[in-house]
Amino acid sequence: MTRVHDMGGRFGDGPVVPEAEDVKFHADWHPRALAIVLASGSLGTWNIDVSRHARECLAPKDYTAFSYYEKWMGGLAALLVQTGVLTRDELAGLGDAQISDLATKKLTADQVAGVLARGGPTERDSDVAPQFAIGDAVMTRAIAENTMVAGGHTRLPSYAAKARGRILRYHGTHVLPDSNAHGLGEAPEPLYAVIFPAAELWQHPEHPRDEIVLDLWQSYLEAV
Amino acid sequence: MPHDHHDHDHPHTLLPPDPALRVKALETILTEKGLIDPAALDAIIDTYEHKIGPRNGARVVARAWSDPEFLQALRDDATKILDEMGYFGRQGEHMVVVENTAQTHNMVVCTLCSCYPWPLLGIPPGWYKSDAYRARAVREPRAVLADFGVALPEGIAVRVWDSTAEIRYLVLPMRPEGSEGLGEEALMELVTRDSMIGTGLAQAPV
Repeated sequence: MTRVHDMGGRFGDGPVVPEAEDVKFHADWHPRALAIVLASGSLGTWNIDVSRHARECLAPKDYTAFSYYEKWMGGLAALLVQTGVLTRDELAGLGDAQISDLATKKLTADQVAGVLARGGPTERDSDVAPQFAIGDAVMTRAIAENTMVAGGHTRLPSYAAKARGRILRYHGTHVLPDSNAHGLGEAPEPLYAVIFPAAELWQHPEHPRDEIVLDLWQSYLEAV
Repeated sequence: MPHDHHDHDHPHTLLPPDPALRVKALETILTEKGLIDPAALDAIIDTYEHKIGPRNGARVVARAWSDPEFLQALRDDATKILDEMGYFGRQGEHMVVVENTAQTHNMVVCTLCSCYPWPLLGIPPGWYKSDAYRARAVREPRAVLADFGVALPEGIAVRVWDSTAEIRYLVLPMRPEGSEGLGEEALMELVTRDSMIGTGLAQAPV
């Protein structure tokens, strides 16, 4: 495990506590935090992979202690400073805030429905041809880390590193988060659903026929 | 190789420690800089509080139970047919529907963050975002199901989907016994949010 967010398979977290469907938020400030993060994202200064990585880069003690929306705010504060949208002094509430050059991109109330409805599809044309067919046996990378950037973003969880599975579905060619999170381009490549027997990932699986499926990019995989 | 400088520099520490005040400070500075519009924030909140929620997914499930052609369309290209129903958008751009059967029970998690099909289910419940669910669902899904009071019949395999890319998964629960002859609206009442994540089953008609 390189970062604390990569927690799949971890022991000791205690029970999962079910919750009624009509509970949407757990504090008055939660909806505001959600909305501020989404509205700031629509300025277009960062993409979803950059924002996920910003949350993952929170200090482990903060990541662990923070509620979901606190992580979002922690990530947002980092992004705003990192991309120069705000200075550290402005974030700290010091000095006179001037209207930003980015203000022309501000999300207005009448644009909200359209922006949320459009979302951010990640399927792209790609020159990278699919190397695997459905049913092919594959092995994941031995080390679940970004190969281009030290400490960088990746979507291969540690628990699924160096594991043998088979291709279950082909999703088309999608933006590669390992590249897109670091300003290295979208680098779209084939994306697959890969299925693993639970016994391939865990020493003591609950049931011999249980399986885990992960969506994995072609560069995470090699033929076996 | 480049390093991430924010590993050593956490700007959130410049904000007030109390999270409610942190939100207020962010909203104030971003509004003063002309970067966010409080009215847009209200519109976003209204969308996820009142317009988008698990009844969208319930309609999809009820229709899939009732209409074989619709079910086939979901299998062929869920994103396309859901878009035609108006269920497209942020965090639901690429949809796959996974069907529970007498042999396989499906369950969805995102171990790395909290990816979830927002256009169909709304914003995720607290437990879906919890460390406990993210950590345990892949290793011990049956123990997690027990936390929800669900015990699967002997012989059913569990297939856990870890949402590691931008594909979002909706579980199509098995149609409950005794629901024969019910119309779409009545069937929707049997479809719980948790049954579409895979931590629950559809309810039997009363």
